[in-house]
Amino acid sequence: MKPMQRLLQLPVSAVKLLKPLCQEEGQSRMLSPEGGQQSWYNAVQPDELKLLKSSAAPENQEEDPAESGHTQPIRHDDLKEMLDSNKDSLKLEAMKRIVAMIARGKNTSELFPAVVKNVACKNIEVKKLVYVYLVRYAEEQQDLALLSISTFQRGLKDPNQLIRASALRVLSSIRVTIIVPIMMLAIKEAASDMSPYVRKTAAHAIPKLYSLDQDQKDQLIEVIEKLLADKTTLVAGSVVMAFEEVCPERIDLIHKNYRKLCNLLIDVEEWGQVVIINMLTRYARTQFLNPNHNESLLEENPDKTFYGSDDEESKQEEMDTALLPKRKPYVMDPDHRLLLRNTKPLLQSRNAAVVMAVAQLYFHLAPKAEVGVIAKALVRLLRSHSEVQFVVLQNVASMSIKRRGMFEPHLKSFYIRSTDPTQIKVLKLEVMTNLASETNISIILREFQTYIKSQDKDFVAGTIQAIGRCATNIDEVRDTCLNGLVQLLSNRDELVMAESVVVIKKLLQMQPSQHSDIIRHMAKLIDNIMVPMARASILWLIGEYCEHVPKIAPDVLRKMAKSFTNEEDIVKLQIINLAAKLYLTNSKQTKLLTQYVLNLAKYDQNYDIRDRARFIRQLIVPTEKSGVLSKYAKKLFLAQKPAPVLESSFKGGRVVTHGDVFITVPDVGVSEWTKPSGREKRKEKVEKPFYSDSEGESEPTESADSESPTASESESMSEIESASDSRSDKESDEETKSDNEKNKKKARKEKSKKRDESEDSGQSEGEEKTVKKRKGKEESSSASSSSSSTSEESSSENSSSESEEDSESDTEKKSRKKSSTAKPSLRALEAKQKEISLLDLDDFSSSPTFQTSPSPNTSSKSLNLDLQGLTLTDTTVPSEVVSPSLGAVKTYELLHRITGEGLSVEYCFNRRPFSPDHTMVSVQMQFTNNSETELKNLRIGEPKLQAGMRMQGFKDIAILQPGQVAADTLGIDFCDSTQAANFQLCSQTRQFYMSIQPPVGELIMPVFMTENTFKKEQGKLMGMNEIKEKLTLPEQFRSDQAIVQRVMSIANLGRVPCGLDNEYRFAARTVSGGALVLVTLVTKDGGMAQLTINCEKMVIGTMLVKDIMQALTQ
Amino acid sequence: MIHSLFLINHTGDIFLEKHWKSVVSRSVCDYFFEAQEKAGEADNVPPVIPTPHHYLVSTHRDRIFFVAVIQSEVPPLFVIEFLHRVAETLQDYFGECTEAAIKDNVVIVYELLEEMLDNGFPLATESNILKELIKPPTILRSVVNTITGSSNVGDQLPTGQLSNIPWRRAGVKYTNNEAYFDVTEEIDAIIDKSEIQGVIDACIKLTGMPDLTLSFMNPRLLDDVSFHPCVRFKRWESERVLSFIPPDGNFRLMSYHVSSQNLVAIPVYIKHNISFRESGSTGRFDVTIGPKQTMGKTVESVLMIIHMPKGVLNMTLTAAQGTYTFDPVTKMLIWDIGKITLPKLPTLRGVISLQSTAPKPEENPTISVQFRIQQLAVSGLKVNRLDMYGERYKPFKGVKYVTKAGKFQVRT
Repeated sequence: MKPMQRLLQLPVSAVKLLKPLCQEEGQSRMLSPEGGQQSWYNAVQPDELKLLKSSAAPENQEEDPAESGHTQPIRHDDLKEMLDSNKDSLKLEAMKRIVAMIARGKNTSELFPAVVKNVACKNIEVKKLVYVYLVRYAEEQQDLALLSISTFQRGLKDPNQLIRASALRVLSSIRVTIIVPIMMLAIKEAASDMSPYVRKTAAHAIPKLYSLDQDQKDQLIEVIEKLLADKTTLVAGSVVMAFEEVCPERIDLIHKNYRKLCNLLIDVEEWGQVVIINMLTRYARTQFLNPNHNESLLEENPDKTFYGSDDEESKQEEMDTALLPKRKPYVMDPDHRLLLRNTKPLLQSRNAAVVMAVAQLYFHLAPKAEVGVIAKALVRLLRSHSEVQFVVLQNVASMSIKRRGMFEPHLKSFYIRSTDPTQIKVLKLEVMTNLASETNISIILREFQTYIKSQDKDFVAGTIQAIGRCATNIDEVRDTCLNGLVQLLSNRDELVMAESVVVIKKLLQMQPSQHSDIIRHMAKLIDNIMVPMARASILWLIGEYCEHVPKIAPDVLRKMAKSFTNEEDIVKLQIINLAAKLYLTNSKQTKLLTQYVLNLAKYDQNYDIRDRARFIRQLIVPTEKSGVLSKYAKKLFLAQKPAPVLESSFKGGRVVTHGDVFITVPDVGVSEWTKPSGREKRKEKVEKPFYSDSEGESEPTESADSESPTASESESMSEIESASDSRSDKESDEETKSDNEKNKKKARKEKSKKRDESEDSGQSEGEEKTVKKRKGKEESSSASSSSSSTSEESSSENSSSESEEDSESDTEKKSRKKSSTAKPSLRALEAKQKEISLLDLDDFSSSPTFQTSPSPNTSSKSLNLDLQGLTLTDTTVPSEVVSPSLGAVKTYELLHRITGEGLSVEYCFNRRPFSPDHTMVSVQMQFTNNSETELKNLRIGEPKLQAGMRMQGFKDIAILQPGQVAADTLGIDFCDSTQAANFQLCSQTRQFYMSIQPPVGELIMPVFMTENTFKKEQGKLMGMNEIKEKLTLPEQFRSDQAIVQRVMSIANLGRVPCGLDNEYRFAARTVSGGALVLVTLVTKDGGMAQLTINCEKMVIGTMLVKDIMQALTQ
Repeated sequence: MIHSLFLINHTGDIFLEKHWKSVVSRSVCDYFFEAQEKAGEADNVPPVIPTPHHYLVSTHRDRIFFVAVIQSEVPPLFVIEFLHRVAETLQDYFGECTEAAIKDNVVIVYELLEEMLDNGFPLATESNILKELIKPPTILRSVVNTITGSSNVGDQLPTGQLSNIPWRRAGVKYTNNEAYFDVTEEIDAIIDKSEIQGVIDACIKLTGMPDLTLSFMNPRLLDDVSFHPCVRFKRWESERVLSFIPPDGNFRLMSYHVSSQNLVAIPVYIKHNISFRESGSTGRFDVTIGPKQTMGKTVESVLMIIHMPKGVLNMTLTAAQGTYTFDPVTKMLIWDIGKITLPKLPTLRGVISLQSTAPKPEENPTISVQFRIQQLAVSGLKVNRLDMYGERYKPFKGVKYVTKAGKFQVRT
């Protein structure tokens, strides 16, 4: 009865206070929709119920799920009372309620003092719950948390190992910076404890301490080194986890423990196994020879070799020898063999993560003949939960591209059940398509046939695409597939029909001449199909192959001209396209129609369409102004286009939604550890980087800002226009890009800086390069303009009739027979496609390359630039400022979190035009609130600017929650000087003095210029305005790539095309004054180079010379 | 590793949150809700959802979403597997893994989660250890606790965590020493492809530290196996016997796959005739199921589920045996047949009424079948003997065989 009495002794006033509230609460409980909530508390234990009966009033209070803010203090008083009692059961009761509140996300931080008092309680359950509470709130109540520390310190000395361990566990979980030294000491001591369990706990504590204070890294590494030498299985998993989190770059620590880890592996607990296997995979991939090296060199994608073109000689000599053309026969290192042997049994683990980790290891490290063993295990995982299936299928999908044979025997395991979730269905389709070969295609197609009847329309669409891919990959079935797809055109479901149209379009592109009847069939469909993508596809087909359907094409155009204004944008663009092509081939019939369409487009709401119309008018309608280009118009529009290659989206190690280590390893995972970072390490790392590199890159939106046309574009109209098109897209993209994304980038950069500098970026760089080269190739092929043109001039009315169609069909049939001889040439075409395949894939748009510089392929580039100039001649776009390169955004710190009392501010020059005022430099600011309190009313107060300087665009931040990050863009007119802009940042309580000093490279913005203009402008800026400097380029900066990248990273310049190999030209204008800055760099033999800068602002010129020199010589 | 965990029920309420590092606001779940909305069905929610600052890895079990918040690169399966392990542990503790059970035992759940992860890295996931640390609630215990004021937290220190065989708790004592093995086989089938997946679940109640060896009559049948960590893989490789020191209580000893070379005898056959008439708004439905090669055993708890096309309005059927229900909203036809007794074969016949306006459904529905055959392992797998070493008493041993339908689908 004691507890009840105690409760009844509650201050009378409190009880009184409660009464009215109780009634209120009682009502609200009845109203609350969930009856379930009640059981929640009823269950909080029977002896509570006892209490309830005797002292109903205050307890009822506790029960209510919908408690409102003002009742909280009272309820907390009550809990405090219980916590202060002598009786353990009351304390326990109180703690249980508090924990239940924490579990529901209620704030109970007020009770901190009352709870912490009980940290030394004898009752073990009370103690545990207090620990739970403490760990949850210690970060918020640092001072009070310190009260509990001494208890744990005592615990650390306890003779019982379990108590020592649990004391260390809780102590290290308290995230209070002040106790870092204590934690450090405790970890060090525990690391040499007798008991392996305590040592394990020490290993667990290491990452906790590291995330709390990264300055402890060196000391922690010592501890890790010591623990790595531990011989017990208990410790191994935990210490490797700590190693991966704290110092993954210190691969040298593993060397002497490698064999031991391999041998222990099988006895380690399963979670530890996952971590160890992943670490060993990484280790082995950097330390051993690729067992499949021969094979990978023979592959069609030589750039995907195992180690890339790792040019770091010092570290791996054997690797270099391996890359030599004359290789010794491969003999597997015994240690390599040891790893493979010891991990194999783990394929039999019950834990899917372990199986996957081993599968990943085998996929990368086992000789080709042995990889097969993983297939069975992976197929077994498909029996597991749907989430596991999803991840496994993604991995299988990307593995099956490289090693089809491995999964072929298991083809039937990938058959789709009608009850599978859609996402699983789509992945299984992907796998089956990858596995398709001449031998099994008939089975697969039969299977696909049943899928097409499914109710799940997304799945049906996926199946149609899969059929399309099978048809492109396997010649034998192409006609069968095509016929099947044509039949689907009469499907009742519009989505199915539309999807078929899109796929047929792609297939037809491979051999258009044979299938003009299909094209004609599709032309008829345009009346019925309403799905924009499908309409656009049909129009493109008709335009592209208007020679095959000379009679119908003008009529389609006539129809479309009628409905032009009601069409979707994508369709409108294709109508313009069709009009242009018809005008060039059949201007007699279509001249007026074309002009009509162009006129409609001229006044369209969408600027893309207006631009396109303007551009095309200039190009195809010969006027005295139009110049040389209209002569080539036909070549431009009706150039032979490479057919799109339908390929798996998993090709190239791309991940669809997330960074599974396995999938990302081939391309990204390696570069994750080997990003070069010439920049100095930043001392401050206020926050943990949010993203590892590999994760960020897996997001398609992220790097879509590179200059590539997006996938759909390159497929639907791989025409010359796409170059200019994508540029405008890109610009708009960039403007609309969310702040979030900027933050991400920043975070990512931080991470890459943090990464170890000693390793090299061979692979990622190399890949970047090849991608670019390919891109260049494509441009040149699509834009291959040569020789004469035939721009006809004629005028006649558009007369076309449906009746002609029938008579035509006979001749068409004949021509179809003839054209079957054209196959060999198609083969050649296909071979060409392979080379440029990378571009056509979705994965290019999401490939990890930051566009650091415009394509080095100058010849095609210059054509593009000319075109660009052309389209813009009659526009009023502010200036020919090009969107800047984003590769080199460097972050500066404006306010440190210590001096800012929790507020930290960083800024970077994001190199974008500042939108309201183009004479301002755009500065991207990022505010982070590291304190516990929210910051209110952040604003800029009294800028103390130099004469002429202006600032604009800062929006006041009303509230910055703890931990929140806000970003804003500020425009500053620096008046083309490097004087700092000083201003105050005010919060509700404080003022901070800040100053932003721009590097000279950020005071300019790139401009586009042709070679001729460049020379002309350079001629005007001679004498005093010209600064010349000689320099010697160090070895690593002699490649084109490196030079361009260095220069662009230091200054915001635009590349100017140049005919000479050894000359690099850049142009920019100062942001404020608009003065031209022309940079020329001529390289000579032996790394000598001459830098010339022409600029009428001599100060800028001199400073820029200095900066560039520094960038290129360091 | 795992930063936070949110449990979300089907109506979208976050009813439990737990953080292992600093607190992540529950607003992060908005991304999950967004994805959930987009996915429509619960099964279609992508397991990994990227958000600007975190990754959300979710699993769906028993109408509860387990959403883990991840901040750095982690193998996704690691997290998924762990979440399932949490669900299994809860199931083990409370008999069911439902929202009500979790809410009723919120403190125990919290204590469990605290033990299972340390700083986001799994610490103790073996049920034997966890049960030593935190006692599962039973009616008896809660009564005792009420009277004596003792708690659910074990007062001895969990020494199992220290041993080399972390799955078995120390000092086990039973008066009746028993070891039971359930061999359960499931047949998966679509069209011409059918295969057998089996599991051996064990319930071991043996005193002390027994070392068991289980051997099969025909181990060659087993094509692909996966084991509980207690099984010594070396012995399996060399001798094809299962040698292990078992955990105490229930656990899954192994799961296996029977090699596809052996032709699988499917124990039931289905005759179906489902047709929709082109004109008019009716269709015919006629399904018969019968046993085939069951080796004299009866087929029990037969259940047939047919997902009819959207155009179907209603069905008027007569079942020769069992009962059927048709839900016009989900278009799900469920026919509960029960036991098949020869020679009478269960049939379901009748008329399908279709929407008159809509065109005739193109697809034919897929028939999913469930059934159960006691005392038969369809693959023919047989346990040969069980030997015990290390202890002196003689245990009672038992083996039970069951064959069930797994993902058994018949396309029509």
